[in-house]
Amino acid sequence: MQHIISIAGLSKTYAGGFAALKGVDLDIRRGEIFALLGPNGAGKTTLISIVCGLVNPTAGRVTVGGHDIIRDYRAARAMIGLVPQELTTDAFESVWNTVSFSRGLFGKPANPAYIEEVLKALSLWSKKDARLVSLSGGMKRRVLIAKALSHEPQILFLDEPTAGVDVELRHDMWQLVRRLRDAGVTVILTTHYIEEAEEMADRVGVVSKGELILVEDKDTLMRKFGGKRLTLQLAAPLAEIPPALARYGLVLGKGGSELVYHYEGEGGGQDTAIAELLHDLGSAGIGFADLHTEQRSLEDIFVGLVSERGQNQRGGQG
Amino acid sequence: MNWQAVRAIYHFEMARTRRTLLQSVMAPVISTSLYFVVFGSAIGGYIPEVEGVSYGAFIVPGLIMLNLLTQSVSNATFAIFFPKFSRTIYEVLSAPISHFEIVASYVGAAATKAIMLSLIILATATLFVPLRIEHPLWMLFFLVLTALTFSLLGFILGIWADNFEKLQLVPLLVITPLTFLGGSFYSIDMLPPLWRTVSLFNPVVYLVSGFRWSFYGSADVAVGVSIGMALLFLAVFIVIVMWMFRTGYRLKP
Repeated sequence: MQHIISIAGLSKTYAGGFAALKGVDLDIRRGEIFALLGPNGAGKTTLISIVCGLVNPTAGRVTVGGHDIIRDYRAARAMIGLVPQELTTDAFESVWNTVSFSRGLFGKPANPAYIEEVLKALSLWSKKDARLVSLSGGMKRRVLIAKALSHEPQILFLDEPTAGVDVELRHDMWQLVRRLRDAGVTVILTTHYIEEAEEMADRVGVVSKGELILVEDKDTLMRKFGGKRLTLQLAAPLAEIPPALARYGLVLGKGGSELVYHYEGEGGGQDTAIAELLHDLGSAGIGFADLHTEQRSLEDIFVGLVSERGQNQRGGQG
Repeated sequence: MNWQAVRAIYHFEMARTRRTLLQSVMAPVISTSLYFVVFGSAIGGYIPEVEGVSYGAFIVPGLIMLNLLTQSVSNATFAIFFPKFSRTIYEVLSAPISHFEIVASYVGAAATKAIMLSLIILATATLFVPLRIEHPLWMLFFLVLTALTFSLLGFILGIWADNFEKLQLVPLLVITPLTFLGGSFYSIDMLPPLWRTVSLFNPVVYLVSGFRWSFYGSADVAVGVSIGMALLFLAVFIVIVMWMFRTGYRLKP
């Protein structure tokens, strides 16, 4: 089976009438790192909470490893480890006890050797007898990850894993996620840090106002929407683009004093495009004072998508 | 059945008791001993025998019941309220564990603690007054049934309460009055007819009466009625808990 999680027509309207999810369809592939991207309040946590059994869906169906999350909740939930967004821990328990408790809770027989391995991988071994209340925020975050991994899940949900986390822990976390993926664990993370999705994800889903507005391979996404932009500061303003240059799809900006050219980056088959353009500009007698190129980041794409969406909706209502 | 999970929760709860052993055992034992000293020895000497036993011995079953009720309720309330308050409950709710298993492990642990405490108080009582237990098996039956029933009530209150004030409210306003007016310190036959009838609406009367019967063989109401009522309360609370889980009441939005 290719899809480890299948979500179909999932909706959630909270008791107060707030529609957090509006008919979301999403398939997660086995073994991938999937990033759910979206602003605060977009519905990312609600989506995760439904899959993990913390929130009752209003409509729709979710299967995890082929098991329906409601009818066959035991089999579905046993596959999942969840690291919540908030640092919620039992203050007076020791690290060792709380992680061992999680393993038992998920129906696995005690395995001290495995718990030791997890704690060591998360640099928690020296703190194993420490009470949770005495740990720093970063350490608590590690404990929550250890708890989620304690029962050897096949799917790991990380809800805003690096919110309020220092650089070192963030890089540790990224490494850990890659190691887990290499071990065959499917990782789904939510984030509003674009950098994180860009760094780690195989695929990206963008959530906005309860709808999944885009799901794409990260590389495709970067190629499709990413690309590069060459901006030329012209020596003299142009009234219009000469017909000889029409095939480049150039755009005139700033009252004709700027020429913008969009092209694909590496491997796009247009590697020589700039050279050709500059040559043709020379032939057309257009001189330029300066030029620069820039790579569109996932952030630009994301902001573009979300705001475009907002405008469309406003237009539709009007 | 996910026995590993039930065991994990049960052990977790019992470990919490062990950490706070001194206050959870010492406080009730000392306060009950004070009752024995004051009512049993000091005042009891001036009170004639009740239903054929000395007043000091007469109040022992009621005092144990009083402790059992309050301990069962407070143990279970706290056990479920605290993870809800600190939000660590997410883990239990996302685990492959049924509602029945969740209730069984929390209520089981709360009831175990309350029963252990009651047995300690019973042992303490033998130091102050001469005791006899005519129906030891029935005594254990009432002990276990009451502990389970009221732990279940505590569990319900713990889910219902969404702040610390509410957590105090029901035990203070409902449970303590009911236990004091439930015939712990007197036989309801001593009451005027009107108040005797009112007392019959108090569920605790049946529990105390049945429990005292297992000690001394005499009861305010027929033993069968006591057993029936105890089972009825258990059934009512089970239905409420089932409803809470099915609707996700204050647990799952």
